Amino acid sequence: MSIEIKNLSKNYKSVQALDDVSIRFEENKIYGLLGRNGAGKTTLLNIITNRIFADRGEVFIDDIPSKENDQALQKVYLMSEKNFYPDKMKIKDIFRWTGEFYGKFDMESAMNMAEKFELSTNKVVKGLSTGYTSIFKVIIALSVNTPYVLLDEPVLGLDANHRDLFYKLLIEKYSEKPSTIIVSTHLIEEVSNVIENVVVIKKGKIIKDETREELLTAGYTISGSASLVDQYILGKSVIGLDVLGGLKSAYILGELEKDKLPEGLEVSRMDLQKLFIQMTNA
Amino acid sequence: MIDFNDDRPIFIQIAEGIEDAILSGAFPEESQIPSITEFSVNYRINPATALKGITMLVDSGIVYKKRGLGMFVSKGAVEKLKNSRKEQFYDHYIKNMLEEAKRLQLTREDIILMIERGFIK
Repeated sequence: MSIEIKNLSKNYKSVQALDDVSIRFEENKIYGLLGRNGAGKTTLLNIITNRIFADRGEVFIDDIPSKENDQALQKVYLMSEKNFYPDKMKIKDIFRWTGEFYGKFDMESAMNMAEKFELSTNKVVKGLSTGYTSIFKVIIALSVNTPYVLLDEPVLGLDANHRDLFYKLLIEKYSEKPSTIIVSTHLIEEVSNVIENVVVIKKGKIIKDETREELLTAGYTISGSASLVDQYILGKSVIGLDVLGGLKSAYILGELEKDKLPEGLEVSRMDLQKLFIQMTNA
Repeated sequence: MIDFNDDRPIFIQIAEGIEDAILSGAFPEESQIPSITEFSVNYRINPATALKGITMLVDSGIVYKKRGLGMFVSKGAVEKLKNSRKEQFYDHYIKNMLEEAKRLQLTREDIILMIERGFIK
């Protein structure tokens, strides 16, 4: 059971949105799909769900090619940043309508979540703020009960309390009924503890596909006076540097040899957000 | 409550948070501790991470699993934790304290005086 992507490429005129992407999203895991704006996250999610077509390559959902295949596509729900619902449709009607297409949609849970978010389901799509537009789509995604749920920038426009409520409901849902969840976002720090696997996409290519723990233990951060840091990093694999006056921090890949650490240098653990910035800087 | 402010892996902080609760008596011996789901929902962390933290405690005999019921604090857990924490005391506290003292150029006598002051309070 998995979503398997084989050699996907997609061009928009002169821009290569995806460049020979191959990756597998395994059963019942939460993935963070991380990338800067325009890296290809949305293109990838849209191809998986057959909303746009790839120039080359294939997507398999539980071993079935997904292209124009309703049986495969019914297993995947994509909450997209774009709004495809009619402006004048009431939220409760959208819930009902979703239930007709996705047979396992849980209306009761959707209405419960709407209450928690204080979303009035009698409102029409057009009457919702940016935050509440994200909220009603998030509610659908958490109630649809498909084996694969793709969330494209789910917390867009949500305030801090609603973002926290979203993560809580996501984990509750996942604990009670596990599914494969792919969260595409550039808000890395927030999602960092929720995800188990990290996929980093840069300029249409997957540059990392590891567990969060593997990624965070693959390196460390060292800081101290510039001269000490410069000396220490000689011959080491440095992926980035931060300089603040005479203070320097270096992001280093590899294992830390504690006993060889010179005095005056401080070590800290790699932080997902920093690592991401260093990896995806042009 | 665990605040995840330090930069060690989350599963270790979860395990340590439970240990702290056992040491303080919040989770007494032979009592049930919250489930993986409760931990992960409460702290907004992946259930696999919570499981990893609790597995650490199961492996060291601090908590045990009752089939179909949940996780419980082992008998003797407090004593065991005290002993292992005592062993770690030097590495975790004394070493860091001496490093900071060095940065501040505190002398050995300064430090000893401060420790004694702490006892008087």
